[in-house]
Amino acid sequence: MSFGKFGKISYVSETKLQEFEKRLEEGHIVGSKCKKCGQLYFPPRADCKCMKGEMEWTELSGNCQLRTFTTLHFAPASFRYEVPYVLGVAQFEEGPTVLAPLSKEIKEDEIRIGMSLKLVPTELIGGRMIYELRKPEGQP
Amino acid sequence: MNKVAIIGVGQTKFGRRPDASIREIAFEGFQEAVEDAQIMPEDIQASIVCSATHYDKQRTPAGVIAEYLGLNPQPTFNVEAVCAASGVGLRIGWSFISSGLHDIVAVVGFQKMTELSSAEVQEVMGRSGDVMWESPFGTTMPGYFALYARSHMQRYGTTEDQMAKVAVKNHFYATKNPKAMFGKEISMEDVLGSRMIASPLKRYDCCSNSDGAACIILASEEVARKVSDTPVWVSGLGLASSPMTLTSRDPSLTSFDCTVEAAKEAYRMSGVEPKDVDVAEVHDCFTITEIINYEDLGFCDRGQGGKLAEEGQTYLGGKIPVNIDGGLLAKGHPVGATGASQIRTLVRQLRGQAGDTQVKDAKVGLAHNLGGIGMYCAVTILKA
Repeated sequence: MSFGKFGKISYVSETKLQEFEKRLEEGHIVGSKCKKCGQLYFPPRADCKCMKGEMEWTELSGNCQLRTFTTLHFAPASFRYEVPYVLGVAQFEEGPTVLAPLSKEIKEDEIRIGMSLKLVPTELIGGRMIYELRKPEGQP
Repeated sequence: MNKVAIIGVGQTKFGRRPDASIREIAFEGFQEAVEDAQIMPEDIQASIVCSATHYDKQRTPAGVIAEYLGLNPQPTFNVEAVCAASGVGLRIGWSFISSGLHDIVAVVGFQKMTELSSAEVQEVMGRSGDVMWESPFGTTMPGYFALYARSHMQRYGTTEDQMAKVAVKNHFYATKNPKAMFGKEISMEDVLGSRMIASPLKRYDCCSNSDGAACIILASEEVARKVSDTPVWVSGLGLASSPMTLTSRDPSLTSFDCTVEAAKEAYRMSGVEPKDVDVAEVHDCFTITEIINYEDLGFCDRGQGGKLAEEGQTYLGGKIPVNIDGGLLAKGHPVGATGASQIRTLVRQLRGQAGDTQVKDAKVGLAHNLGGIGMYCAVTILKA
């Protein structure tokens, strides 16, 4: 188990949250929840800000609404060949928010703030794991 | 607490500096400040060296800079708060003096962003967000502020035209500032037709990487009254932080909480309100940032920042002149030097030395210095 496969590129491979990558590979989006105070975190944290907590994994539906987005035309070196690509911030129906790429299947002129999206675990060529925002199933 | 004055300010011209090393650039800003203060380097009891150190080839640059400026064996150290480094440095210098520990302190902000190759800059740029959860998706500085821009447009009806007005204003004022990087007026068409960087932000919505240095000499009241005919007083200070990840911030993404908090602290300490500010320097790393800053600093109501720009109320003669030295957009943004350069502009305004851009009878100036993607914010209020 590791965290080194998370993201299109990764900078951090050692963390107490390695389970996250495994859950992602198994097709689940999970946050962490404090057993003491009930606070839900996404992205997950190993430690609760209440300082007393013990964290447990909790599955999120992935259902979310787009809050804002941008199309990047200039990118860091490792993303040079991907431009243009769209990043968005979406809010889960459970409350927390996520910053994630929008799937290339969504055309730029279809993107609207407030649209319903689903955060979906996605395996890239080479075995890297990401999540991306897609149209909910059954939507054209 | 003892009162703290600014007795000297200096700045290099901002722009590309292939002819000079970081120590030489820092020296230029320092020399001008020391001459302005009419003191000698040996009078300075501590130096605070401010930069975004990931742009420096030199590790821990305070070492070489203090040596080159002739400031050994006095205390020196680096302050890193990305783009807010010298705004934070000023606060540390203020506390050294107000506590009675030192009487004269130099805050030296510098950056040589062109010291790195463009490949290295690209790599650094890719790590501007949280490297665990956000950078792995290819976030960039313009990208982060573009997310704020799109939110602000959606919520308040702010337009790309209103953002473009900010760029046109700041480029106009840069033509009147001999220290500015750019010296040419631009039109609305220039801005709106410039190439897309991170939609809706275009080339002219973004500031430029730049080289340069700026320096502030702070002194106790006792020293200031002795050596200076025109001391400018540090009347209010605020410093605050926001979460680094966008996902831990208020999901509306239309305001920088750290600005609101820092402004509250600075206004309270200074005993002034937004309407009392005669001239302001705000952190316009992007046009949208200047618009959000108007609102966060209380220069207009929430959501009215775009309108304030559109009506030209932030020009000289308007409701509140903002960035009438060109701002980061057109004066240039050598990251570590920016906060100190803002202070220099205000000091010259409050002394009545601002020439063509002088605000008549300016008594209160406000500087707003934002760090990174809005994690750190320093607000400083100066009085004549």
